[in-house]
Amino acid sequence: MPFGNTHNNFKLNFKVEEEYPDLTKHNNHMAKVLTKDMYAKLRDKQTPSGFTLDDVIQTGVDNPGHPFIMTVGCVAGDEESYEVFKDLLDPIISDRHSGYKPTDKHKTDLNFENLKGGDDLDPNYVLSSRVRTGRSIKGYTLPPHNSRGERRAVERLSVEALNTLDGEFKGKYYPLNKMSDAEQEQLIADHFLFDKPVSPLLLGAGMARDWPDARGIWHNDAKSFLVWVNEEDHLRVISMEKGGNMKEVFRRFCVGLKRIEETFKKHNHGFMWNEHLGYVLTCPSNLGTGLRGGVHVKLPKLSTHPKFEEILTRLRLQKRGTGGVDTASVGGVFDISNADRLGSSEVDQVQMVVDGVKLMVEMEKKLEKGEAIDGMIPAQK
Amino acid sequence: MPFGNTHNKLKMNYSAEQEYPDLSQHNNHMAKVLTPEMYANLRDKETPSGFTVDDVIQTGIDNPGHPFIMTVGCVAGDEETYEVFKELLDPVIEDRHGGYKPSDKHKTDLNPDNLVGGDDLDPNYVLSSRVRTGRSVRGFCLPPHCSRGERRAIENMAIESLASLDGDLNGQYYALKNMTDDEQQQLIDDHFLFDKPVSPLLLASGMGRDWPDGRGIWHNDGKTFLVWVNEEDHLRVISMQKGGNMKEVFHRFCTGLTKIESLFKDKGHEFMWNEHLGYVLTCPSNLGTGLRAGVHVKLPNVSKHEKFGEVLKRLRLQKRGTGGVDTAAVGGVFDISNADRLGFSEVELVQMVVDGVKTLVEMEKRLEGGQSFDDLMPDQK
Repeated sequence: MPFGNTHNNFKLNFKVEEEYPDLTKHNNHMAKVLTKDMYAKLRDKQTPSGFTLDDVIQTGVDNPGHPFIMTVGCVAGDEESYEVFKDLLDPIISDRHSGYKPTDKHKTDLNFENLKGGDDLDPNYVLSSRVRTGRSIKGYTLPPHNSRGERRAVERLSVEALNTLDGEFKGKYYPLNKMSDAEQEQLIADHFLFDKPVSPLLLGAGMARDWPDARGIWHNDAKSFLVWVNEEDHLRVISMEKGGNMKEVFRRFCVGLKRIEETFKKHNHGFMWNEHLGYVLTCPSNLGTGLRGGVHVKLPKLSTHPKFEEILTRLRLQKRGTGGVDTASVGGVFDISNADRLGSSEVDQVQMVVDGVKLMVEMEKKLEKGEAIDGMIPAQK
Repeated sequence: MPFGNTHNKLKMNYSAEQEYPDLSQHNNHMAKVLTPEMYANLRDKETPSGFTVDDVIQTGIDNPGHPFIMTVGCVAGDEETYEVFKELLDPVIEDRHGGYKPSDKHKTDLNPDNLVGGDDLDPNYVLSSRVRTGRSVRGFCLPPHCSRGERRAIENMAIESLASLDGDLNGQYYALKNMTDDEQQQLIDDHFLFDKPVSPLLLASGMGRDWPDGRGIWHNDGKTFLVWVNEEDHLRVISMQKGGNMKEVFHRFCTGLTKIESLFKDKGHEFMWNEHLGYVLTCPSNLGTGLRAGVHVKLPNVSKHEKFGEVLKRLRLQKRGTGGVDTAAVGGVFDISNADRLGFSEVELVQMVVDGVKTLVEMEKRLEGGQSFDDLMPDQK
């Protein structure tokens, strides 16, 4: 792979005009922001681990745009990327995260007791509840940039930390490169198994190198708490269960995350976090909480109502199909989750999901009875 | 993209064992050769432009093996790669090129007058004839490693040189990123257009970066001489026409290539060449002549004969389907070409194709007549 620092210095033999990417056909956050002058200013810089501007933007250069999603078009290779390349990343963060300013502070709140309600979403409508986030381990470079040695160290630390979990969190690690066929079948049936990335967005950033070395899946015996190791982030942490008890899902999420973090801290490897960006992750879209809290919910009538999109916008929620991002909904069942990641806390975001979904289910029931929902349309949150 | 030299030094904090790739599931030339000791020896080295051993081998790690083809599993990022990483590449070259030794000298012969015959392959059987090779421009990094500035410089040089060609080589350049729909359709119909690489072998080595920037196709008005710019090599040069007049195809090939080379030299740019490796190209499998000369030939009877594989082997030829490498033959029509690249000259390789195909066609006619071809069985060339 190129863009070594020797090679980065080598590239300085060429003028800015000669090296500046052609972004004329591009529609992503990076392309909106990266002017030639900005490229000129940043092109001779590198983070301490050697991540350069071209490393940051390569995925956005190679993926001009997605028809339905405004992609970010850049990644971090390490914690310092967000500092060294502030000139580029701050405006992207602002654009992506509703005007979040370089001076803003992000609030972290993983105290599940601060969530009000959330244990009584109607299971006739809410089929399942799930909360996920990501975590990066301080002192290691991120998936676009890390070496095999680093990735394996992250895996080793993660497995060590996860193996100390007990009680409701007691579980087992399944490394991808040693998985038996039977184990693989089971993990697929449980909807747990993640596959080698095929998305050109991820491949263009170098995240799939050395696959499946040091990648794996850990889950508890009850199959309600799950950790992906070295996929798109160092760790992805997921709490999930059938039905509408988001309160319980969030409790387990917070408790489990805290336990994992404590173990990492004991080995002098905390999670990457700062008071401006919150939790630092590979993709700028996941900064802050990195949290997506969502439900699969039946809304066949509401989803065809002309005000559906408006309601979601006001509730600060987004819809996806039940196959995940960018899939279509099937049978009127939607994945509804928080739209925000940065600038509001974990509790704030899950609260928005809980309150918003409760309201939408009430609207659905009204529409079933042939009644209007005009009086229930919420104000913009 | 990772593997910057600063990052290469960061990797030195990990032991060789921690960084050595897991090649236990692998079947390619690189995996057969790269021992932990060799990796330890080479891992702190870099070429002057910053290409490291991990850069060389990444494609071979990410692509464990192909069911039908023994892939090479490594690439060069610049001319110096073959020197700095000799310890790895010499044994790979030896294994791939029939025992070619580090002390062997390669012979270049692009004098078409030295080809004997080749103008009379039976057009009832030989449907088309084609010769291709690659060329790298000295002083620039190769497609896995080059920057946009370098790639564009190669494109500009190619455009300038090709624009000087006249007579039956008069032609036009079509930049991939400026192509109209009509131009694109025509080039597809002519079987000229190359698409963005989708092969994971190429993508994993970084050759797809910045697509389609700096890439294009040039062809002469007669559509018999074609140059690809910045695809898998700096230049790919192709001469082709319907029917069995390989002599003419080779004549045009040599004339065109020689003209292009002298045009480059006039501007102070040579092709990468040395007396040991011949023409230096991105993939070690294309060293030497980089030449594949082939025909599409109807051999429905011979191809079903139990001795078909043996005949090809003795003639030093290989078969492919008419869709190219690794496709199946359709209607008994095969692509038959030289198996060798290094250690034989261009004239010698095309001579083997001409003589070998002549023999195969005679064998086909024998089988059509219900006769045996045993007396035509060649010795091992």
